[in-house]
Amino acid sequence: MSIDLKTIKHISKLARISVDEQKAEKLAEDLNSIFKFIEKLNKLKTDNVEPLTSVAETTLKLRSDEVKSKDIREQIIKNSPQDNEDYFVVPKVIE
Amino acid sequence: MSDITKKSLTELVKNIKEKKLSSEEVTKAFIDRSEKSKELNAYITEDYSSALEKAKKFDQKPNLDLKLPGIPMAVKDLFCTKNIRTTAGSKILNNFVPTYESTVTQNIWNEGAILLGKLNCDEFAMGSSNETSFFGNVQNPIDENLVPGGSSGGSASAVAGQLTPITIGTDTGGSIRQPASFTGTVGLKPTYGSCSRYGIVAFASSLDQAGPMAQNVRDCALLQEIISTYDPKDSTSIDFKRNNYSKELTKNIKDKKIGIPKEYRVEGMPKEIEELWQKGIQYAKDCGAEIVDISLPHTSYALPTYYIVAPAEASSNLARYDGVKYGFRAKGENLIDMYEKTRSEGFGAEVQRRIMIGTYVLSSGYYDAYYLKAQKVRKLIKNDFDEAYKKVDAILTPSTPSSAFKIGEKKDDPVSMYLNDIFTVPVNLAGLPGISIPAGHDTRGYPLGLQIIGKAFDEQNILNIAYAMEEKINFKNKITDWWIK
Repeated sequence: MSIDLKTIKHISKLARISVDEQKAEKLAEDLNSIFKFIEKLNKLKTDNVEPLTSVAETTLKLRSDEVKSKDIREQIIKNSPQDNEDYFVVPKVIE
Repeated sequence: MSDITKKSLTELVKNIKEKKLSSEEVTKAFIDRSEKSKELNAYITEDYSSALEKAKKFDQKPNLDLKLPGIPMAVKDLFCTKNIRTTAGSKILNNFVPTYESTVTQNIWNEGAILLGKLNCDEFAMGSSNETSFFGNVQNPIDENLVPGGSSGGSASAVAGQLTPITIGTDTGGSIRQPASFTGTVGLKPTYGSCSRYGIVAFASSLDQAGPMAQNVRDCALLQEIISTYDPKDSTSIDFKRNNYSKELTKNIKDKKIGIPKEYRVEGMPKEIEELWQKGIQYAKDCGAEIVDISLPHTSYALPTYYIVAPAEASSNLARYDGVKYGFRAKGENLIDMYEKTRSEGFGAEVQRRIMIGTYVLSSGYYDAYYLKAQKVRKLIKNDFDEAYKKVDAILTPSTPSSAFKIGEKKDDPVSMYLNDIFTVPVNLAGLPGISIPAGHDTRGYPLGLQIIGKAFDEQNILNIAYAMEEKINFKNKITDWWIK
């Protein structure tokens, strides 16, 4: 199986990463060599194997639904590239 | 002054407790050496003046009951430190100043340690040579133009070069043990769930663990008992009885059963690694351990599994870097264009490559073939270890398939770079603890490490084995200070 440029462009859309022709070609080359290496897994029969989702064999703990961090609005906004009073600012999305 | 930086953590703590050294003297010594060592590029952010102030303050009213009384240390720049820039080695977090502290670093400060600065690492901890950092390569103190390993490359370089007495790194597929092996230092990856992940920049959440890096096993044990705490802020933190690892450290490993997995004898493995392994087996026997041949049949499937699971989780974790709430933002014609340009300009090539792999294996039509398949194989890999641990108490392997390589040597070939982690990745996939200790040199005098893998939550046992073997090995790191002109 090989990953073509069309697939690369589709994946880059899903990943929200812009790629030009040159970058797409390089990515296709890299991904193909990586997937060639990954394909090895197909040799293994895994029909009756349960997938492992977590190595920690504990059930997640419940906690009471309380607000613990209060008045941290300023801290949350502090690192934003662009903000206006209490809001994050993004390019206009509605015409 | 220079003698101070040669001391181990245990010696420094003893000297401060006996009032033979002040925190200020120790802090100043490490700052001086760090200042002279800029060539190594181990630091991303320095915090020296505030470290000196904290040291002076500590000396005025020293609390000598603490475990790290006035001990200066630098940490990997993947741990969020309140009001100190935290970059994860990435352009996208170049200007990020956390408003909170990671649990692991908070535990260290609570015991009296003082932050020297933030150490270089591969971007988002994705790399095995520290060459993917936005802040440039790190030099290995062992030799010029030699990689220190990765992703905790700055951490390993700083410990080996004596810029910090100890440090903490993170390990997703080998990022503590491989650089420890490349620099002649000791590095422990704890059991998954042992150290809180709260406040650590996420890479692959089911694999990431923080851990100590030090000059010797005792220092490593002391740091581990400090950083490992149950933390409700991390939903995968596990509430188990934690030892006072340094206090309970013993060289008595008589009759411990140590497994040697035949599948780790990989094709094309250099002769010197095989010889090192044989020497390690002899050392373990000399310590009174019993050697048992074991099989971990799915070992060769671990790397391909890892390169599905880790990028899949990374692509999901890194979706948060969208130029809106924090970090770098590029200009775009509209919202989507802004997202795409921010991520294209903000992430480096390796991170983009892994996001692409992860997005692909999780995308519609491929999920079952790749991601689900990998999770099933991950189960088989974990079963291998469960089966082996019915017969043995620990497993001994080489840490890496080679010694450190030159900067640029493997940069353009992702698969050959990934092969570095062939002996460390299975341990992360199974969630087990593993420690790398320096055990010998190759023909060029570069260090080589041995890895001891334990049962889950059995850090004490592998620390003990490492401690006993360390004495027999009697490794001496060859640091010439070549970078100090």
